[in-house]
Amino acid sequence: MLKLRNSFVTVLAALMITSLVLSGCGTNGTGGNSSGGNSAAPTTGSKGNAGNTGNAKPQDTGASSGKQAGGTIRVAMATEPDNLDPYLSAATDTGSMMDNVFDGLFEAGENSELVPALAESYQVSEDGLAYTFKLRQGVKFHNGSGLTSKDVDYSYAKLAGLNGKEPLSSKFAAVEKIETPDDYTVVIKLKEKDAAFLAANIIAIVPKDYEEQSVKPIGAGPFKFASYTPGQQLVLEKNDDFYDKDKAPTIDRVEFKIMPDPNSAVLALKSGDIDMVPGISSQGALQLGDGFDIVSGPQNMVQLMALNNTVKPLNDVKVRQAINYAVDKDVIIQTVAEGNGVKLGSNMSPAMKMYYQEGLEKRYEHNVEEAKKLLKEAGYENGFKLTITVPSNYPFHVDTAQVIAEQLKAVGIQATIKQIEWSSWLEDVYTNAKYEATIIGLTGKLDPQEVLGRYETKYAKNFFKFSNSEFDALIGQARQEIDVNKRAELYKQAQTLLTDQAAAVYIMDPSRSVAMKNTLKGFKMYPVQKYDFAAMYYEGK
Amino acid sequence: MKWKQLVRNKPFVIGASLIGLLLMLMVMSLFYTPYGPNEMNTAMRLAHPQPSHWWGTDNFGRDIFSRIVEGTQTAFLIGVSSVAIGLFFGLFIGAIAGYRGGWTDEVLMRLMDAKLAFPGILLAIMLVSVFGPGLGNTIVALGLMSIPAFARIARSGFIQYKEFNFVKAAVARGAGATRIIVHHILPNIASPIIVAASLRFSGSILAEAGLSYLGLGVQPPDPSWGRMLSEAQPFIVNAPWYVLITGSVITVMVLGFNLLGDGIRDVYDNKS
Repeated sequence: MLKLRNSFVTVLAALMITSLVLSGCGTNGTGGNSSGGNSAAPTTGSKGNAGNTGNAKPQDTGASSGKQAGGTIRVAMATEPDNLDPYLSAATDTGSMMDNVFDGLFEAGENSELVPALAESYQVSEDGLAYTFKLRQGVKFHNGSGLTSKDVDYSYAKLAGLNGKEPLSSKFAAVEKIETPDDYTVVIKLKEKDAAFLAANIIAIVPKDYEEQSVKPIGAGPFKFASYTPGQQLVLEKNDDFYDKDKAPTIDRVEFKIMPDPNSAVLALKSGDIDMVPGISSQGALQLGDGFDIVSGPQNMVQLMALNNTVKPLNDVKVRQAINYAVDKDVIIQTVAEGNGVKLGSNMSPAMKMYYQEGLEKRYEHNVEEAKKLLKEAGYENGFKLTITVPSNYPFHVDTAQVIAEQLKAVGIQATIKQIEWSSWLEDVYTNAKYEATIIGLTGKLDPQEVLGRYETKYAKNFFKFSNSEFDALIGQARQEIDVNKRAELYKQAQTLLTDQAAAVYIMDPSRSVAMKNTLKGFKMYPVQKYDFAAMYYEGK
Repeated sequence: MKWKQLVRNKPFVIGASLIGLLLMLMVMSLFYTPYGPNEMNTAMRLAHPQPSHWWGTDNFGRDIFSRIVEGTQTAFLIGVSSVAIGLFFGLFIGAIAGYRGGWTDEVLMRLMDAKLAFPGILLAIMLVSVFGPGLGNTIVALGLMSIPAFARIARSGFIQYKEFNFVKAAVARGAGATRIIVHHILPNIASPIIVAASLRFSGSILAEAGLSYLGLGVQPPDPSWGRMLSEAQPFIVNAPWYVLITGSVITVMVLGFNLLGDGIRDVYDNKS
């Protein structure tokens, strides 16, 4: 009998391990876990979203029973802040929290436009090399000091490396010098024309000679940094002296609760311990009953299967096109994203309204016969073997790989899936392009140059190994083009070219869903991961 | 053999029936599964258990029963081969250490101790991350992981038995070390080793499930219980049968092997 009991103890242990397995390791999830300013961040674990797809419109302000002053918003965040200093942080999640503390000359608008923030107005010289910004007057940092052109000079010098130290942002590489003719005017001279420069000005402006940003961040944004307890929470408090009275915050306090496990975040929302879960999974959304709002919209991410354009047989455009025909994107959106994704045809999300070329998603409608025909023309009638490398910490991409492998089977391509660790993915695939095919989500940027520039032949991390002189010419031209509409046109042509060349299989932009209490109003969706708490408020009783 | 005692031993009978059942399923899966294990039917996603899909379907519309049954192959393959690797090297090292004694024993066993100092699963994770994921590497990693346990058991057996008169008689007769180890001592220490092997078996299967759960074991889309468990996790609330069924099957297998091992120990090894 003792033996039997022993054995049950073992089994009990087995059960406990099983349950550990179930509850643990749930950290790969929600929330954009980005890596480095210029790198690819895969889709988060969110498997799409339920309900209200495409409802990216802000809720009406004021129309209902009215704003309630004050209150606290408790938000579940999946990842720990990597660095509180806005210039040293690379994680998207951290950026979206601290964006409320810092303001830049501009801020990102809902339609990927630039909205003046600290800058009142700006002017670009005829030759496109000098940008003159007029600053708002009477802006105060959270430590009480007034914001002047000296602070902008200090901030940008730091970013561009003009202070003799390592430059902190590659976006400011084109800056040659910064002049401050008076306290509220900044003139920035560029070495060469760079149409993407304007969008870089959403970056935080920090007070001059203040070096404690990593410990106690000080900015000029609508919220002040209050405290950060690692593993628990980051707290922001209302900035009563915010310069823009129209956009001044209503909410007193924002508490970001660190919750790596998406399931517990959903449970906490249900039980009322938190008020908002950004990046909720569709399965999580299904669990929420009445009393919650879910807002979904394209998150400006391009999920794609990158094909290494230099390895055989993927160097043949016909083979790449055949793969494009063989993959049924609708099925992927249905199964992996629960229907909450927008089908793509090129490397641009419709969230980038100004630059998005419509209709490309129809270029390769699912067609097995056409795929087989193209493979035959390319001399691969009997198919070939293909290895799809996926980062193991993103179930979203692993799932996509499983569907694609099954679909490729139908045209005779034997795909095997190889999961690798995220750090090896960055090293082998992203940096060294040692792979055949890989599935990843490229996070959106505000400027199309950063999105499409990765296909340029000379781009260091062009892991597609795509090289096309026509494309390079278009992108080069677009970089120099100051006229916004002409520039957009060039980027649209570039997208069409990518589709025709089948540089990759462009799958979808998985929607981002944000769940919150239905008394919480004023949430807006942006083409970048941004949570504007200053615009949010609780509805009055 | 003590078959009569075994048959009367309850844990053994229960364990053997559970394992027998799983073995039958495995044999069946070699020839037949209701659906292709990787076949996706997107019209039938996350269907609950019903006549056409006994155990329901997963998030890709794949038949869970077919995948579980197909997964028995992986589970048994990993169990058998990793235990075989561990047993072979473990016995080898244990036999030499125990039989030779002296500094050979010290060196070999301290090496084993050093290896035991690392948690097994951690070591396996390390090996798999270095040599890459996949079935083969997982088997090797789990096999290496189980060497020290077998080595210790073998060593203690050898130390005990080498002093026995029949061994001394064999030495006096001029038998070589190999002959003594294989023919005279090994048969005598077989029962504790069989017990250890059957327990190790479930340990390996559980470890594989753990590795696959972390994405390091068997690669998708081929079914592995551990990975199925991890794939089921997001649907725990909306499709609870998926995770329950997968978890139960793993539990049944582990329970089966543990009972089997306990039963054998009860009958053969009545010292403890």
